Amino acid sequence: MSVIPESALTRRVVEQASSGQRTRDLLFRAGLLLCLFITVLFLGVLVIDVAIDGVPLLTPEFITNFPSRLDASRSGVRPALIGTLYLGVLCAAFIVPIGVAAAVYLEEYADANRWWNRVIEVNIQNLASVPSVVYGILGLAFIVRGPVDIWGLGQGSPTLLAGALTLGLLVLPVVIIVSREALRAVPPSIREASLALGATKWQTIWKQVLPGALAGIATGVILALSRAIGETAPLILVGATAFRLSDPTVDGPFSALPIAIFGAAGEPREEFQILAAGTICVLLLVLLLMNSVAIYLRNRFEQKW
Amino acid sequence: MRGATEKSARPGAGSVSLTRTRTRRSVGEQGVKILLAAAAVLSVLTTTGIVVTLLTESSKFFGEIPVGDFFLGTNWQPLAGGESTSFGVVPLIWSTLYLTFIALLVAVPLGLGVGVYLAEYASPRVRRILKPIVEVLAGVPTIVFGYFALTFFTPLLGDIGINVQIFNGLSGGIILGILVLPTIASVSEDALTAVPQSLREGAFGLGAAKWQVVVRVVFPAALSGVVAALVLGASRAIGETVVILVASGNNPNLTFDLQVAHQNMAAFIANVARSDVSAGSIAYATIFAVGTTLFVLTFILNLIAIRFVRKYRQVYE
Repeated sequence: MSVIPESALTRRVVEQASSGQRTRDLLFRAGLLLCLFITVLFLGVLVIDVAIDGVPLLTPEFITNFPSRLDASRSGVRPALIGTLYLGVLCAAFIVPIGVAAAVYLEEYADANRWWNRVIEVNIQNLASVPSVVYGILGLAFIVRGPVDIWGLGQGSPTLLAGALTLGLLVLPVVIIVSREALRAVPPSIREASLALGATKWQTIWKQVLPGALAGIATGVILALSRAIGETAPLILVGATAFRLSDPTVDGPFSALPIAIFGAAGEPREEFQILAAGTICVLLLVLLLMNSVAIYLRNRFEQKW
Repeated sequence: MRGATEKSARPGAGSVSLTRTRTRRSVGEQGVKILLAAAAVLSVLTTTGIVVTLLTESSKFFGEIPVGDFFLGTNWQPLAGGESTSFGVVPLIWSTLYLTFIALLVAVPLGLGVGVYLAEYASPRVRRILKPIVEVLAGVPTIVFGYFALTFFTPLLGDIGINVQIFNGLSGGIILGILVLPTIASVSEDALTAVPQSLREGAFGLGAAKWQVVVRVVFPAALSGVVAALVLGASRAIGETVVILVASGNNPNLTFDLQVAHQNMAAFIANVARSDVSAGSIAYATIFAVGTTLFVLTFILNLIAIRFVRKYRQVYE
């Protein structure tokens, strides 16, 4: 008989103790949700604000026209868009072979106990978070005006190639880090089986490991490229200009979408400043397209081991 | 390998060619390895390039301006020209650190909140939706944040009664915080997820409530990773250029007042570079002196972050 009230008492005590905890639990959870809400709100407001200003500007003429300082309604992003596309392609041609090769070396060949390999590793981690403006300084002093002006293309003046190389150096660590993760995801058994069948180490890497890691590497490269394309500071340093009235060439002066946005944002006249929003929309569409490709590649080619 | 020796021990024409392909192969293998290593070494050369560039050019700067005047002077007028030119970098460093502090004031609570929610509370389905949103925020180009700060957030501050100038530190600092938020969120989430499940179960088994488990067990266990997240966030905020360049104006200010213009080191560098300063002039050399200061500052922060990351990886992996 006495068992029932006793257990009721115990339950009451436990409930009393835990009801305080339950309120605190709820409060804590509410606080976290608030953080999340504010974060998503910022993103939402940012996208909506830019879309309201920018989407009405997106006409075919806006894409194909050259910029204008006289008539905002006839101004376009053509040289900036072409410049950005060139930068992306050149940058990819530079970072894919070098980034993947470095990743293969570090993941498949390097003995992590050797001090020089550790130096390379820490160095790459550090390079990944060097401010982009410092890469801009490197590009300005070392590529545009300096010893690495390989073919004398720039002769001290800014060229698109110098911009692409600077952006390439900037995102190279990202490519290396992501490619290494993709290589690491290929199980050792694949390598062992290939080696056991008499393939050499390089044959194993080329015919087994790299194809297996392809989806991961491609995703990483596209992510790195979207970062490169969105960078402004290094391009300011290497001398890209917002206002250009001719299509860019690889060995000549150039513009790019972020630079065009930067130029327009600084305009005192409102009808010209709002062009920045239209240009942002173009840039975001390019990035969206690239990321859709990345998602497609990941879903289409990803290997499940 | 053993198969190859057995075969080459056998007499006949086949064995000769086999040995030859073997050697040619191993030469090729060695060549490939050297090529791959060269690609990896390029990253070291990049660092060397940065250091050499910064040092040679800033040594020219310090040949004309005494180091003490630069690091201790409080009057920063590098582009004024003539008598009023002055190279005291203290205001620039102050504005840089102050803006970073404001950014962290925004980014640390929000970023940690998001990180903790994603790691400890979100169901797999919610996570699948929320993580990409945070990643999108991380992928938005910084110039977009700059435009947003200048044309939306600054007027908004005015509307709610904060009397700010068009270019001000408050708007730039807060938006800078939103910019580094994803870094803090994702690194801290990584660190929290790395804490073994057994610790949580142990705490629950002792009767702890969920918030107690998170705050008193999981969070302290992931502390080194959380510190790494904060340091990386700070390093990003210190080195960010365009948001401050677009939203906060063109001169640093040795003041606590956020309603006036502030400029950080990165924005200063970009501003000088775009204003057609001739190479070889002292104003041009200022880029490198300031660049060196910025590089050293972020380098130290990055090394600290790398060390802390390694620490939590070592404990739980």
